[in-house]
Amino acid sequence: MVDLKVQMGPLQLKNPVCTASGTFGFGSEFEDFFDLNRLGGIFVKGLTLKHREGNDYPRMAETASGMLNAVGLQNKGVDYFINSIYPEIRHYNTEIIPNVNGSTVEDYIAVTEKLNEVEGINAIELNISCPNVKEGGMAFGVSCPSAIAVTEAVRKAYDKTLIVKLSPNVTDITEIAKGVEGAGADAVSLVNTFLGMAIDAQSRKPLLSTITGGLSGPAIKPIALRMVWQVYQAVKIPISGMGGIMNATDAIEFMLAGATSIQVGTANFIDPQVSVKIIEGIEDYCENNGFNKASNLVGAIQA
Amino acid sequence: MKHIQDFKVKGYRRLNPENYILTLQGESLETAIYPGNFAEIAVPGAPGIFLRRPISILDFNPVQNTIGFYIKAIGKGTRQLGRLAEGETVNLVYPLGNSFSAIENGKALIVGGGSGIAPFIQLGRALQHNNIQTTFLIGGRTKNDVFLTDEFRESGEVLVTTEDGSLGEKGMVTDHSVFKGEFNFDKIYTCGPDPMMKAIASIATENNIDCEASLENMMACGIGACLCCVTPTVNGNKVVCTEGPVFNTKVLGW
Ligand SMILES: Cc1cc2nc3c(=O)[nH]c(=O)nc-3n(C[C@H](O)[C@H](O)[C@H](O)COP(=O)(O)OP(=O)(O)OC[C@H]3O[C@@H](n4cnc5c(N)ncnc54)[C@H](O)[C@@H]3O)c2cc1C
Ligand SMILES: Cc1cc2nc3c(=O)[nH]c(=O)nc-3n(C[C@H](O)[C@H](O)[C@H](O)COP(=O)(O)O)c2cc1C
Ligand code: FES
Repeated sequence: MVDLKVQMGPLQLKNPVCTASGTFGFGSEFEDFFDLNRLGGIFVKGLTLKHREGNDYPRMAETASGMLNAVGLQNKGVDYFINSIYPEIRHYNTEIIPNVNGSTVEDYIAVTEKLNEVEGINAIELNISCPNVKEGGMAFGVSCPSAIAVTEAVRKAYDKTLIVKLSPNVTDITEIAKGVEGAGADAVSLVNTFLGMAIDAQSRKPLLSTITGGLSGPAIKPIALRMVWQVYQAVKIPISGMGGIMNATDAIEFMLAGATSIQVGTANFIDPQVSVKIIEGIEDYCENNGFNKASNLVGAIQA
Repeated sequence: MKHIQDFKVKGYRRLNPENYILTLQGESLETAIYPGNFAEIAVPGAPGIFLRRPISILDFNPVQNTIGFYIKAIGKGTRQLGRLAEGETVNLVYPLGNSFSAIENGKALIVGGGSGIAPFIQLGRALQHNNIQTTFLIGGRTKNDVFLTDEFRESGEVLVTTEDGSLGEKGMVTDHSVFKGEFNFDKIYTCGPDPMMKAIASIATENNIDCEASLENMMACGIGACLCCVTPTVNGNKVVCTEGPVFNTKVLGW
């Protein structure tokens, strides 16, 4: 028997496999496809203080080995989540982790304070890396002082596990990682999408209503993996790694590079059952390679 | 219930070089499939295709466990789906989306063009089952773009327009004489290019007729998880793959 449990700071996950925010709805969309209780955790769709309509259509463009999205945090607001969505999904025997967004530090604090009161929610993911909303999100995550400021403020407002999601759209991701670690983050998750763009040469128009959008999928995997490895060497807090994970081998590579847990994003669109296959694949790999604990994979590259 | 399931290519019916019907066979089949439902098809063996492709379910046979798709080859995925070998595996996530609501009394008009005619075989049968008198109006650029008329004729009257006049009346669907003079339909159903559906919706509104349209927005997941496929409505953005693809045109503000 392989022990699949991992520790994300104070938060224990029953296995390292979670689903990434914005790619798994609120979980129930996948109920027909597999038993959600098997997941280590579900990072639910990004929440803001107030209802947001998101960006105009078109919001999506397929690219080589990936996709661009410009959803723009469409959601009904944190109160709607707490009162109407969470009661429907709280019975799942897995960690439900809200993804917190804002355009001002006050917004982030307000959302966090509400979630802090919700029994059963043991962690939040602070998104300072959304490339798709004008006013904020990524603006916080691409400068070290603002990343520190928002993390410090949210840390004061949140008693449970605080995971800060980092933007890859920076010169040196390790500086930001160290900054948020110092500001009190219990863990970091990386990466969010890379800012990208697609054009239809025929019509000479951009393919997204917002012109630029976030690139995800296997196209970004080598860069994401490199960033996880760099951050692993720079900080002591655990890492939730993601970016183009399509199968168990990809997930294991992220763990070997230093991720304690991983998130499956865009792959859910191609195979809605992929997360369970990844859990089983990690277990098999551990068994076949003499690891009695999945956590022993973390950072185990022989460089 | 939604399923993810492997099927095998049973065969093709080639309508012309760009249009074909693909029939897949499975070991079992979910039969709770309604007119307007679609499948997300994983396109096998095509480099450069990353996402599944949403395609309406044309028809299905619960005895043979077969499911059919009418596909118009407009890009790399829809072309590749026309080049598979018999017996090749094709993975589906299905059935997805909502469906057209078949009226119980009165007369129905179905207006389709392009790849948008696929849901209407099943819808025609559902209306026939309700003893509804149905008129199909199918539009195309030339007679080579008008398909499935024999199938539609099994459940109603079939009218055709072509832009060059090579079949039926000359012009766009909205120019057809069915819209002139006595015009007493109780419901209009439409699927096809957006400008066509919008034009039909405004005829419906002018004549105070209830109208449903099925949208073909670009999709990534098809199951409501990514929010990429939204359409603006009078009640804000709606998710086309789960709250649609069929919408009342009043809700769309058309
Ligand atoms: C609910 C639903 C049901 C559908 N039913 C059918 C059907 O029964 N038969 C059928 O032939 N097609 C149907 N379509 C359209 C079909 O999904 C697209 O034609 C297909 O995804 C294009 O893929 P491709 O790889 O061939 O094109 P690509 O190579 O990806 O693109 C080629 C060109 O087509 C455009 N395009 C891509 N996707 C779409 C889309 N969804 N709608 C319009 N243009 C698009 C691209 O912008 C590009 O210009 C349906 C779409 C939806 C959303
Ligand atoms: C359609 C879509 C919506 C997303 N929405 C969010 C979001 O609301 N909040 C967030 O932190 N990340 C969001 N992301 C980013 C993913 O959580 C993930 O960081 C990124 O896609 C990289 O992983 P992947 O390549 O496995 O998809 C979104 C990604 C996609 C594709
Ligand atoms: S395509 Fe993902 S929500 Fe509709």
